[in-house]
Amino acid sequence: MRITQGTFSYLPDLDDDQIRAQIQYCLDNGWPVAIEHTDDPHPRNVYWEMWGLPLFDLRDPAGVMQEINDCRKTFGDRYIRVTGYDRRYGRQTVALSFIVNRPKHEPGFELVRSETSDRRVQYTVRSYATTRPTGERYSS
Amino acid sequence: MTQPETQAAGGGELIDLDAAYRDAQLQPLFDDLESALIGLTPVKRRIREIASLLLVARLRERLGLSAERPSLHMSFTGRPGTGKTTVALRMAMILHKMGYVRRGHLVVASRDDLVGQYVGHTAPKTREVLKKAMGGVLFIDEAYYLYRPENERDYGQEAIEMLLTAMESQRDDLVVILAGYKERMEVFFQSNPGFHSRIAHHIDFPDYSRDELMAIAELMLRQQMYRFDDASRDAFAQYLERRIRQPHFANARSVRNAIDRVRLRQAQRLVEQGGQIAREELSRIDADDVRQSRVFVESSEAPPLAEAASLRKES
Repeated sequence: MRITQGTFSYLPDLDDDQIRAQIQYCLDNGWPVAIEHTDDPHPRNVYWEMWGLPLFDLRDPAGVMQEINDCRKTFGDRYIRVTGYDRRYGRQTVALSFIVNRPKHEPGFELVRSETSDRRVQYTVRSYATTRPTGERYSS
Repeated sequence: MTQPETQAAGGGELIDLDAAYRDAQLQPLFDDLESALIGLTPVKRRIREIASLLLVARLRERLGLSAERPSLHMSFTGRPGTGKTTVALRMAMILHKMGYVRRGHLVVASRDDLVGQYVGHTAPKTREVLKKAMGGVLFIDEAYYLYRPENERDYGQEAIEMLLTAMESQRDDLVVILAGYKERMEVFFQSNPGFHSRIAHHIDFPDYSRDELMAIAELMLRQQMYRFDDASRDAFAQYLERRIRQPHFANARSVRNAIDRVRLRQAQRLVEQGGQIAREELSRIDADDVRQSRVFVESSEAPPLAEAASLRKES
């Protein structure tokens, strides 16, 4: 099941030129760009691991692309996303975020029903990938 | 824009170079260069040559002739205050106009920004600077400090190697300009032949002549809406005459410092004088403002020994 999240999630994956254009848009707005990666696809997993520090003071997407490609080389079997952070007072939030890399095979989610007292049912969404420990989830 | 393109389709037809030149909007840049930079004739000629090269390269590309991107890494050599940084700024603008670099900003770096203090510190630092400079021009001031032959464990070598790799493999992303004193740069290039061969343009910045320095002073004053009267112009010419012969003379930078101090003294004089004052008087530099400089005092009274000691402060 293809994970979708962030900006442009309804579109097919962006190619490198499109990624470059989006990064340029971030930089033109003065949003520092950061690269994050994870192998836990659960939608509630909002804190991804950072790839180095956020990239401050850049003017051109070439530097970010270099980092993205380095990250792909190391974590090619993980989800990698790029975020642009708007630090302006009153906003101070991620302004734009999109996935730039995903594992080849995404096994999707299981709906777990657990029956509790009085015929009540509780539902849990659990990713098949997370049955294995981190680092081994998509490497097969 | 349209004309060269339609002709390009024809193949055997002629291209209008004049139109291409106009389209590139280089003339305003050159005019600006001419009026804002005094002297530096060989430098200006070289800039024009480079601009022409890029223009022709662009036309060739349009016609489908082989157009390998020319290597544009440069070295600027010259004594302090001869306008290396200023020219580098303008060079970045020209390269941007010609579409050679995408953003056209200038990142100034020196040894401290590139070389780390312990093992493993240099590479991330250099990478950081390179990333910042991408799409623009990286200006490395006093580049020879990167290389310290007397200390074989110096991390400068690591930075040099990264720079060389970037200059070679990321030619599309950035242009590197090395700057520094001529003699020391030559030694630096001799001990790092990799740099020498990767730099296509070696531009030497000559010292300014006395007339040029005077013209620079006038230009600086005009930009700040001040002016010399006849007496103070004479005084400043004499000031330059003496200042040039002293050590630590840094060409245009010394002129700028001198003018800043002259403005200081002018303001002090006006405040002490008090009362009502005309607009004219606020922008006029008096001969006395110039003549109070220590340069005049020293050369008439002080013995040579005391002179040398006090000169560090640049009167």
